[in-house]
Amino acid sequence: MDYAASYLQLLLTMDMTVRLSVALILACLAGLFSERAGIFDIGLEGKMLISAFLSATVAYETNSAWLGVLAAIAGSLVFSAIHGLASITFRGNQLISGVALNFLASGLTVVVGNAWYHQGGRTPTLTGAGRFHEITLPFIDTFNHIPVFGHFYAEVISGHKPIVYIAFLVVPLTWWILFRTRFGLRLRAVGENPASVDTAGISVVRLRYSAVMIAGVLCGIAGAYLATSQAAGFGREMTAGRGYIALAALIFAKWRPFYALGATLLFGLLEAISNLYPNINVFNLFDIPVQFTQALPYILTVVILAGFVGKAVPPKAGGEPYVKER
Amino acid sequence: MSFMKVILGSASAVAFTAVAAFADPAIVYDLGGKFDKSFNEAASHGAARWKKETGKNFREIELSSAAQREQALRRLAEKGNNPIVMTGFAFASSLEKVAKDFPKTKFVIIDMVVNQPNVRSVVFKEQEGSYLMGVAAAKASKSGTVGFIGGMDIPLIRKFACGYVQGVKATAPNDKVIQNMTGTTPSAWNDPVKGSELTKAQIAQGADVVYAAAGGTGVGVLQTAADEGIYSIGVDSNQNYLHPGSVLTSMMKRVDVAVYNAFKDGPTLKTGFNVLGLANGGIDYALDKNNAKIFTPEIKAAVDAAKAGIISGKIKVHDYMSDNSCPVK
Repeated sequence: MDYAASYLQLLLTMDMTVRLSVALILACLAGLFSERAGIFDIGLEGKMLISAFLSATVAYETNSAWLGVLAAIAGSLVFSAIHGLASITFRGNQLISGVALNFLASGLTVVVGNAWYHQGGRTPTLTGAGRFHEITLPFIDTFNHIPVFGHFYAEVISGHKPIVYIAFLVVPLTWWILFRTRFGLRLRAVGENPASVDTAGISVVRLRYSAVMIAGVLCGIAGAYLATSQAAGFGREMTAGRGYIALAALIFAKWRPFYALGATLLFGLLEAISNLYPNINVFNLFDIPVQFTQALPYILTVVILAGFVGKAVPPKAGGEPYVKER
Repeated sequence: MSFMKVILGSASAVAFTAVAAFADPAIVYDLGGKFDKSFNEAASHGAARWKKETGKNFREIELSSAAQREQALRRLAEKGNNPIVMTGFAFASSLEKVAKDFPKTKFVIIDMVVNQPNVRSVVFKEQEGSYLMGVAAAKASKSGTVGFIGGMDIPLIRKFACGYVQGVKATAPNDKVIQNMTGTTPSAWNDPVKGSELTKAQIAQGADVVYAAAGGTGVGVLQTAADEGIYSIGVDSNQNYLHPGSVLTSMMKRVDVAVYNAFKDGPTLKTGFNVLGLANGGIDYALDKNNAKIFTPEIKAAVDAAKAGIISGKIKVHDYMSDNSCPVK
């Protein structure tokens, strides 16, 4: 294979990596906000599922993908509110609340979808303005003259759907909010030591609710991405475990925004590789089976958790409901 | 009070047996769901046809998790439904147990063999139909590269892939076939997003005809093929209508015929092996107004020739499941 062809292969792989990472990035950042504030969110999967469903139905009924995104965010916020109510106000077990939401989403989407469209939980196929289309960024022709970068710009940076760009903008935004604003400082503090935040006269409950709600918004966009950008409609259980992979990526990223970007891109890359090159032959000696590449994200997460590569320390007060006085 | 309960209880028991005496047939759909636009939906068409023709009723159950399989079979058998049809290989282990406990009930399992005296095992020669799809794909492809996307990586799906590759190679020996499996867990049947990405990956490698044997995941494959302007091939049901002008044809596994026959035979149905293939109309390809324009006479001639060859025995299509290997790659 000559140089130009292999460069093109590389670009295609990167292009696919970007597409596959987007839902993971958004879900991972959602988890980041929530867990940084001390609320474990295992319900990412469920929130993505319900928002994928709502975005598909609303986009189909109104023929507007953007309205679909709004509906997705609204639905995801309702789920977030339930999670907040159970785990913040009533100090319930956060894991159980999250699992319950996952089951609720899994059942609700199919039952309601079947009642509305009689297609076994599937929504009708979206067409035209009901789904997002690729945007071609300007300056492609200008950059085309620059040898390596020109192709990179045209193949990898340009030609994605709107939510892709939103997702990549959310990463620095998250970093800025968490590490450069007063709200972010307090949010991180409430995940480490809520008692001291409370002593300073700041409402723990309000901070945690806002973190959970931000997570809801991000999950909503992630779900809408699946149903209106990657696919053209909702299918039963279409999130297929992406919420859990996002959680794994969050641990892998040690609860940091830019690490999260790196982790999700890595997981996206692994999926792209398994899609493009199912069986990788190593020096004609043996094949790496595709299952290994697919399992690698989980293997890596376990390795990180076990403390072999650095140490992943979760927020100290994570998972514990805050009780003002004992 | 307790006396009342006894009376009510026995009354309901009588009512229950009265209902059970009707011995309606029943069908249990596998996890893809009744409306998967593919395998299970084909089964439901067969049941619906029987109902329309006879005017009688049947019971149906859709599963929401794998754990419900045995429970669903048991419940239908207890209610006196006979025969009970189930769609999918995954029922095999549950049926082994349940069939022994209800020796008087007849069971029909599609896509799998269960050796019990009261079970009819319906299997299809998918390799024959897939061979035809390979011929059509090779004829329609301009790039010389065609793709296959399977659902869950199981021998049955490899059987599809193997037949397809044989058809392609027999028609155009130098053509390349790219094969992908969606995954190794049952969620591989329900992941249109991944199906779409796999299609894009295959297109990037030059494929211009993609054959999807992947249940609900195939919806994403067909969608992306239509978006990107290449041909796709549907499976199980006639999927030509999903994207007219893009779905080249569909490999039809007449699951509906299997279900219809089972319902029609009723409680006295013949058990044992039941193999459906091209020769007895259990396997076929779809040609209708949606693909009439793209399914050119040249393709049709080649496919029909291959079909005749298989029926007459001149063309032997290797069955992957007979030795778990495929002679061509």
